[in-house]
Amino acid sequence: MAKLTIDGIEIEVPDGVTVLQACEMAGREIPRFCYHERLSIAGNCRMCLVEMEKSPKPIASCAMPVGNGMVIKTNTAMVQKARQGVMEFLLINHPLDCPICDQGGECDLQDQAMAFGFDRSRFLEMKRAVKDKDLGPLIETHMTRCIHCTRCIRFATEVAGVEELGATGRGEHMEVGTYVERSLTSELSGNLVDLCPVGALTSKPYAFNARPWELNRIESVDVMDAVGSSIRIDSRGGAVLRVLPVLNEDINEEWISDKTRHACDGLRRQRLDRPYVRRDGRLVETSWQDAFAAIAARMKGLAGTRIAAIAGDLVDAEAMTALRDLMSALGSPHVDCRQDGARLDPACRAGYVFNTTIAGIEEADACLLVGTNPRREAAILNARFRKRWLAGGFKIALIGEPADLTYKYEHLGAGPRTLADIAAGRHGFAQTLREAKRPMLVLGQGALARADGAAVLATARRIAEGHGLVCDDWNGFNVLHTAAARVAGLDLGLVPGAGGRDVAGILAGAASGEIEVVYLLGADEIDTSRLGRAFVVYQGHHGDAGAHRADVVLPGAAYTEKSGTWVNTEGRVQRGAQATFPPGDAREDWKILRALSGALGRPLGFDTLDAVRARMAAINPVFARLGAPARNNWGAFGSDGPLEDAPFAGPIRTFHMTCPISRASETMARCIQAAAAETRRATGTHG
Amino acid sequence: MLSDKDRIFTNLYGQADWGLAGARARGDWDNTKAILERGRDAIVEEMKNSGLRGRGGAGFPTGLKWSFMPKQSDGRPHYLVVNADEGEPGTCKDRDILRHDPHKLVEGCLIAGFAMGAHTAYIYIRGEFFREAENLQGAIDQAYAAGLLGPDACGSGWAMDVYVHRGAGAYICGEEMALIESLEGKKGMPRLKPPFPANTGLYGCPTTVNNVETIAVAPTILRRGGAWFAGLGRNKNTGTKVFCISGHVNHPCNVEEEMGIPLKDLIEKHAGGVRGGWDNLKAIIPGGSSVPILPKSICDTVLMDFDSLRAVKSGLGTAAVIVMDKSTDVVAAIARLSRFYAHESCGQCTPCREGTGWMWRVMERLVTGDAEIEEIDMLLEVGYQIEGHTICAHGDASAWPIQGLVRHFRHDIEERIGRVKAARASRAA
Repeated sequence: MAKLTIDGIEIEVPDGVTVLQACEMAGREIPRFCYHERLSIAGNCRMCLVEMEKSPKPIASCAMPVGNGMVIKTNTAMVQKARQGVMEFLLINHPLDCPICDQGGECDLQDQAMAFGFDRSRFLEMKRAVKDKDLGPLIETHMTRCIHCTRCIRFATEVAGVEELGATGRGEHMEVGTYVERSLTSELSGNLVDLCPVGALTSKPYAFNARPWELNRIESVDVMDAVGSSIRIDSRGGAVLRVLPVLNEDINEEWISDKTRHACDGLRRQRLDRPYVRRDGRLVETSWQDAFAAIAARMKGLAGTRIAAIAGDLVDAEAMTALRDLMSALGSPHVDCRQDGARLDPACRAGYVFNTTIAGIEEADACLLVGTNPRREAAILNARFRKRWLAGGFKIALIGEPADLTYKYEHLGAGPRTLADIAAGRHGFAQTLREAKRPMLVLGQGALARADGAAVLATARRIAEGHGLVCDDWNGFNVLHTAAARVAGLDLGLVPGAGGRDVAGILAGAASGEIEVVYLLGADEIDTSRLGRAFVVYQGHHGDAGAHRADVVLPGAAYTEKSGTWVNTEGRVQRGAQATFPPGDAREDWKILRALSGALGRPLGFDTLDAVRARMAAINPVFARLGAPARNNWGAFGSDGPLEDAPFAGPIRTFHMTCPISRASETMARCIQAAAAETRRATGTHG
Repeated sequence: MLSDKDRIFTNLYGQADWGLAGARARGDWDNTKAILERGRDAIVEEMKNSGLRGRGGAGFPTGLKWSFMPKQSDGRPHYLVVNADEGEPGTCKDRDILRHDPHKLVEGCLIAGFAMGAHTAYIYIRGEFFREAENLQGAIDQAYAAGLLGPDACGSGWAMDVYVHRGAGAYICGEEMALIESLEGKKGMPRLKPPFPANTGLYGCPTTVNNVETIAVAPTILRRGGAWFAGLGRNKNTGTKVFCISGHVNHPCNVEEEMGIPLKDLIEKHAGGVRGGWDNLKAIIPGGSSVPILPKSICDTVLMDFDSLRAVKSGLGTAAVIVMDKSTDVVAAIARLSRFYAHESCGQCTPCREGTGWMWRVMERLVTGDAEIEEIDMLLEVGYQIEGHTICAHGDASAWPIQGLVRHFRHDIEERIGRVKAARASRAA
């Protein structure tokens, strides 16, 4: 601890913090542009200058480590003068085009100019103009506004792990850009817009859409991947205009992936806003009563064993609870929430969640990635891996498809054979895991969604047990999910009951005619062409694969339009909030299932959201407790069996389109186009 | 006036052989082993006794700087970095040392490296110094061949390697932290201090950056004794110094002289006097482009050393004396320097990036008189807003020449502005 005096206040702060942080602890706000808690210190904007006793010059508080006995003053004439001077310099070449700038109203420069600036200019020369850069479909640039704080460069290099941004030129000719004009290839590039303290980098899809003070803000949970990032949904009227990250140290820190941020325009396209019934081969608009009547007519007298249900990847736990109860009321054991056929074992919770937790990655010192590409599957979690890797002393190895993960790793092999070698202790990395204090293993869906998935799972469990991955205060066994609904589905036991069929079995049954009715709750990632002649009910929010094949379409609510519960890959129960209303006749999903159960003569036992949630907690007590996941008991899961030789294949081929919402998003389509253009572009040096 | 026996750079004009044989004839590499055998502490102590102050401009005591290096290595290597990126306008002393007397520098590297526990020295030479780099590399090669450098340098048992690194032409890379960045292969932008290089410098290891002249005089000081060096010059401004005299003098030259020589003597004795006589003098920049200009009245009596020049609000800097006679438009001259500083700002810190260009543009208008009287004070104020608010001293260096100009030639600028205003008024009438 160091003791120092700030504006006459004596304060004790931990060693190693900067003067700026100490000032904040003392309740003194220090203006800054280049300083950011999560980036390296540049110390170049000079806005945070404060006076230090015995120093003739003001010091940059962001870069000065605290020392015992320091006397800091933040409100003297010298400091005022320094801040005013820096602000004047920042503004002389800034275009002052706030009325047409998207940053207006949430601009650090604007705010600080109000606090520290002059009200007139002494600058009579011409202002500098800088050519705008093309950074791809997500980031709009107005480089004339740039104040050269280099936050974007540091973020791209340090957090995102792509060395694509840099400054060229010197002095007032310094420009931030990508050296050779190109789109950024990072999945986290949208965060540059948040980091930019001025309007130099703004969101391209959101350009000229709204002013911040017109927006309704609501904090919620993201469902674009299984990370469950904390987000803020900004909407106006009935439309979600943008999604921003919310600080959550346990999950996403203050970043979100581009899909989380920019797929929201998909919420306005391809929406199902009326019930539909197929008549003469065509889906025609109809009323809710009509749609329910059509379903009831088809199901009348049908044995439960001829009905099946599949829950999709974005579905909230409330809807899955209703689906589970409805199917058991109908007497059907054929339910599954694992669209991709992953051989996850619901018997033991420790066997299907990310036990280490995302924040726990920072404590790990060795990691084995199996059949996963975290950069594509969970970009935010991958940033945590990179952060841990940058800190040093973290050995990472991968079994599966080699890819650029933004950190160095050892590629051990492609398939289960290498995994078996490690389990048997025949591989060098087994030694690394055994010697590590906090070893971890991450099992991706690419390793589980295959015929020998259960055996892979069992092998991974043996590695965990045999190499000290699981001990009293540490659980290094992790499953990385790609679907936001998956863990809740498993927690609710949305898996085949006794004699029940899994997804592959349901499809086979539908093809053979043994299954006559298939209920798709937001399930679009299955091969709908294999549903045969089955009567398909699709309940969901987008006109995607499922609705295309359906005989009855029931319009549901997307994640921004309902208060729902999701459980992320760590097993963390989180509640999303309703930001807008579902379009047209669409309704919240649990309500649709409740209404349908009445139409089928098997009314479910709940009428309110609270009652659904009480039912959820009765099914599995984990739902009674929001927030940090409790430690799961270790147990047996997976089943031994022969391992195949086929290499592990990643479950996600294109990062930008993985669900009905992102597939409907124009922005995501542009991202894919831009990425394709990048790979096509060859220069002279490519031969 | 410095007597020939006290001269350190006896081949400053390149009349003799620059190579090893010539250097040996001048006394270089003479029993260097014995110097090293005195031990690290004794060498640093001798340097402290000599009173040598860094010759790169800031004038920091050299012995003290060397003593900042950790006594014991914590496992990290120590580095000596020699700043040969001589780019200050008006300065060309290091250039002559590099091309005519490179062995003085190379021997200095060994001794200084030994004194700070460094086995490696990097000489960062200005990219434009092509021939100089050739001679320097030649001297290093000769030293290696003769066993003066290498795993057992001069038979002392001390391993010493010296490498030459050529810069790419940015003035800012002469700033020690920017130089270190550039040497590491990064963009030459000054790094924040703390941490100071003696603890965390090149590649994060303890590093000392010294000017060419500082290192090159070290062997002679150790041979002849700190007391000899301290006996030259004035108190706290000891020894000899290479002065670079340029501009409106009859014979521009580099000359080694005693510190504290009167400026007038320096010019009259060595440079053949001011063009048109001393009375034709208008102003002198005494220490390279970044120090404030001095009018004739001060030049008449001022002594050339750190403290005397500081007392008249200027500085010795690199001792590059730029002489301007009465034909000079001093405002235009300073405006040209402002342009130089705007051009060479690295662009990192806000005040320097934005302020240097602003000052230059105002200066250009002052040259033509197309300005308001109030703008003179505004210009000064802009300078004060830059000075002391940046990571490195480039911001200060850009403000000082203008401060000097306004301090001593304000009437000149005001007169111009008045003339333009009067002309405009008469046109309008």
